[in-house]
Amino acid sequence: MPDMTETRPIISCRNLSRVYRMGDQEVRALDGVDLDIHAGEFVAIMGPSGSGKSSLMNLIGALDRPTSGEMWINGKALSDMSRDELADLRNETLGFVFQQFNLLPRQDAFQNVRLPLRYARKDAGDIDARARECLELVGLGTRMDHRPMQLSGGQQQRVAIARALANRPRILLADEPTGALDTKTTDEIMHLMQDLNRQGITVVVITHESEVAQYASRQIHFRDGRIESDTAHPEFKRASGG
Amino acid sequence: MKVGLATSSAAEALFSNPLRSLLTMLGIIIGVASVMVMMSIGEGAKAQIEAQISSVGANVLTLQPGNMNRGGRNQGGGSGRPFNEADVTAVSELPFVQAATGVLSQQANAVSEDANWVSNIQGGGAGFFEVNNWKVEEGREFSAQEVQGGAAVAVLGKTAAANLFPAGGAVGQRIRVNSVPMEVIGILESKGQSGGGGMGMDRDDTVIAPLSMVRNRITGGNRWVSRHVSRIQLLVQDGYDVLEAQEEVTSMMRERRRIQPGDQDNFAVVNFADMIKQRAAAAETMSMLLAFTAAVSLIVGGVGVMNIMLVSVTERTREIGLRMAIGARGGDILLQFLFEAVVLCTLGGLIGMGIGWIGVFAYAQIAAAPMMVSPIIIATALGAAASVGLIFGFFPARRAAQLDPIQALRHD
Ligand SMILES: Nc1ncnc2c1ncn2[C@@H]1O[C@H](COP(=O)(O)OP(=O)(O)O)[C@@H](O)[C@H]1O
Ligand SMILES: [Mg+2]
Repeated sequence: MPDMTETRPIISCRNLSRVYRMGDQEVRALDGVDLDIHAGEFVAIMGPSGSGKSSLMNLIGALDRPTSGEMWINGKALSDMSRDELADLRNETLGFVFQQFNLLPRQDAFQNVRLPLRYARKDAGDIDARARECLELVGLGTRMDHRPMQLSGGQQQRVAIARALANRPRILLADEPTGALDTKTTDEIMHLMQDLNRQGITVVVITHESEVAQYASRQIHFRDGRIESDTAHPEFKRASGG
Repeated sequence: MKVGLATSSAAEALFSNPLRSLLTMLGIIIGVASVMVMMSIGEGAKAQIEAQISSVGANVLTLQPGNMNRGGRNQGGGSGRPFNEADVTAVSELPFVQAATGVLSQQANAVSEDANWVSNIQGGGAGFFEVNNWKVEEGREFSAQEVQGGAAVAVLGKTAAANLFPAGGAVGQRIRVNSVPMEVIGILESKGQSGGGGMGMDRDDTVIAPLSMVRNRITGGNRWVSRHVSRIQLLVQDGYDVLEAQEEVTSMMRERRRIQPGDQDNFAVVNFADMIKQRAAAAETMSMLLAFTAAVSLIVGGVGVMNIMLVSVTERTREIGLRMAIGARGGDILLQFLFEAVVLCTLGGLIGMGIGWIGVFAYAQIAAAPMMVSPIIIATALGAAASVGLIFGFFPARRAAQLDPIQALRHD
């Protein structure tokens, strides 16, 4: 596995640009980004608001298409993929966590976690068992029949993480996952992500809190759509049990 | 599995806003209810007419003296010389005639030991039963010999039998018709009410006896024509064109009655079944027209469904984006919204059917008309509703399916 990670990154971007057009105005959100992320890394992406972090995340997450440049996930070029293939990639390989949780409000935690399993093309096995397993993993085994409204923010984000994990993704993408949470809950969520990373999942987290970035093994700073700095943190904050 | 996903989310969406769902369904409800009422009226009329045709017989021609007006009614039996038995024989010898009979009929007073009943007495030949498609339920028909010999025997229709012999056991009993005693030898199967061909009466209220006996002892003879009959009925062989038969009988009868070319017929050859069929065609056109009106209201309902579905897609754009982000394909989203539209319309269809059923019932009560709610009508009404859902749900569903994942997620 280390050999593979040395030779072939799980996420790779070359000269990636994303330009938004609004009328005759152009916003260059990403401006020629080159980036490789290897399997097993825990990457924090930082930078001021408007620097292009989310734009990059949406491209990596196969939710958006670049204006120019190319990117590869698991060695496959996204530009070659159809809409359905991208959907399958999001379903099988990627797991998303959003700042606003994005849970379906009328469905309970269990049903929310089952959703990606139900959309799976490959045989997802025992869906109910897997959904239960994921909820137990995030510490919500006893809250499965709660609707989002009946859960705290931290709990809702845990449900969202369980949902992201359901199809055993290789990559977990989180855009400011703790932006709506207090400090204590933030620590809990980040510990959870660190645990998942230790189990082999590649984690990419956007944050503008350096406290949060401390959990990552690598910090990338963005400014004006470009990478300003990219530093490894071998001494990253160790989860002190939680 | 994907289908199950589509149905459950469709049901959830519908029941989360029941009032709006109901209002959306209104057009479909009205459409399906009217489709059902219209089709039931049409089918009922058709069934009634078909019953009339089968009781009259599609291949039966009736010859009557005098001219026929356009409505098919006899302009008074006296206009024109009556036919006689020689005419009946001539008709029955035509190659395409399966059976023929002369008929004499009159209202007469029938008396049994227990009861007194005014009925329609008909004198007929041995072919009378075959031509009129009368089946004997009990006992037997009279034979050619009995017709020849003017035997005093009678076959009773169901109604006449029931009134003359309330206790049953009519066969073998004696009755007197206008004081003429005769023996009951058979009872006919029921044919029921008939409005066909201007008859409009209970066809089972009849007493049938040999023609010559009826003429000699009940109706009396005609002053100018010996062995007369008031009409001739003939059964055209199966497979022979009835219109052609009608023409050939007409030309033969013109010859026999010495009508010069260019002169008007003084008799008529009538095909009652044909007249009924023309009425059936008119009824069909009418019910088609009504069904078309119902279809228009279904389309209007469909446009309403499409409108609400478009609103629903807009309202739930973020949800669609989220579903796409976790791996739903465009096809999954399409199916979800298509299902929602179909479920909405089918549900409306079911409610409409319930209301339609009440309407059918009410109409049948008020108009005393026969109505039929057949499985075909139910299937058509439901199928129409579901199709409206499919057709008008497709455009909003496709719009949802084609949403860009990230734009949908960012939508607010
Ligand atoms: N959909 C969009 N349409 C137009 N401009 C956009 C859109 N999304 C982002 N932008 C612009 O692109 C730039 C980068 O945005 P974003 O990637 O969201 O930055 P960050 O996540 O770092 O705050 C900003 O100037 C933002 O206004
Ligand atoms: Mg952002």
